[in-house]
Amino acid sequence: MRLIVNGESIEARAARLDALLDELHYLGGHYAIAVNDDVVPRARWAQTALSEGDTIEILTPRQGG
Amino acid sequence: MLTFYGKSFISRLLIGTALYPSPAIMQEAIRASGAEIVTVSLRREAAGGRAGESFWSLVRELNVTVLPNTAGCRSARDAVTTARLARELFGTQWIKLEVIADDETLQPDPVGLLEAAALLIRDGFAVFPYCTEDLGVAMRLRDLGCRVVMPWAAPIGSARGLVNREALKLLRARLPDVTLVIDAGLGAPSHAAAALELGYDAVLLNTAVAKAADPVAMARAFRLGVQAGRTAFEAGLMGPRDFASPSTPVVGTPFWHAVS
Repeated sequence: MRLIVNGESIEARAARLDALLDELHYLGGHYAIAVNDDVVPRARWAQTALSEGDTIEILTPRQGG
Repeated sequence: MLTFYGKSFISRLLIGTALYPSPAIMQEAIRASGAEIVTVSLRREAAGGRAGESFWSLVRELNVTVLPNTAGCRSARDAVTTARLARELFGTQWIKLEVIADDETLQPDPVGLLEAAALLIRDGFAVFPYCTEDLGVAMRLRDLGCRVVMPWAAPIGSARGLVNREALKLLRARLPDVTLVIDAGLGAPSHAAAALELGYDAVLLNTAVAKAADPVAMARAFRLGVQAGRTAFEAGLMGPRDFASPSTPVVGTPFWHAVS
């Protein structure tokens, strides 16, 4: 299935958000994730089904002013 | 004591975590500044990347309150989504709300800012809006429920100090019950002192410390500047006068002769 992850188009096998993180080798868990602009809390990652064309943002803490 | 949305602080200096020569210098400079609140952001993490995790562990070691920002957002919609992601990531309702109108000056977009502030307040956020010195916008932010308003002194990273001092004075006078923070544009500890002397509750800065030749020493200097400015404000500054007034007593001046 075609997904847009952090602005890049990728081909993924995962059907759910937690499986996508595994597939893409996201380690640890200090991320905030939005699917199609909606924030998905960590507790719902395992239940969140992905669909063709979904846009996913995976964010972590960074330096800021 | 300084209060932000019901939480009290001693330090009146808020500091950013960006642009330091190294992570170790960032930590040392933040400690030297005495700041109890630091600003952070959220960015995309590459697959397999650990940059976010290592930065976050450095911040946690500082044992400070975190104020996430929406830096880089150019619309109310992006800023609201970023704020919600920040709440999820950092576990805080606090958000430094930035909606930018112009990339060259990083001038805040007042329309987008008010729109985003209204949505976020309705959603339970404690909003710290980054705005210009415009009184009308600041009053509208207060009316929406912002108990903190953060006008710039000058464009972010410009180091120019209080460019529109008279407007900033007016803002302080007209918004006596709002916690006012000068955010952006400060270059020297004297600028920070000047802001506190005007009665501003605090200052937020980053570049002036991070880009100094010695960030740790500069952080200490800003800490002292903020303390000097606040102490002067509390002591009550005298007003300016048009003409000289001798400080040495005139009575008993030697060789003095009355002119008849």
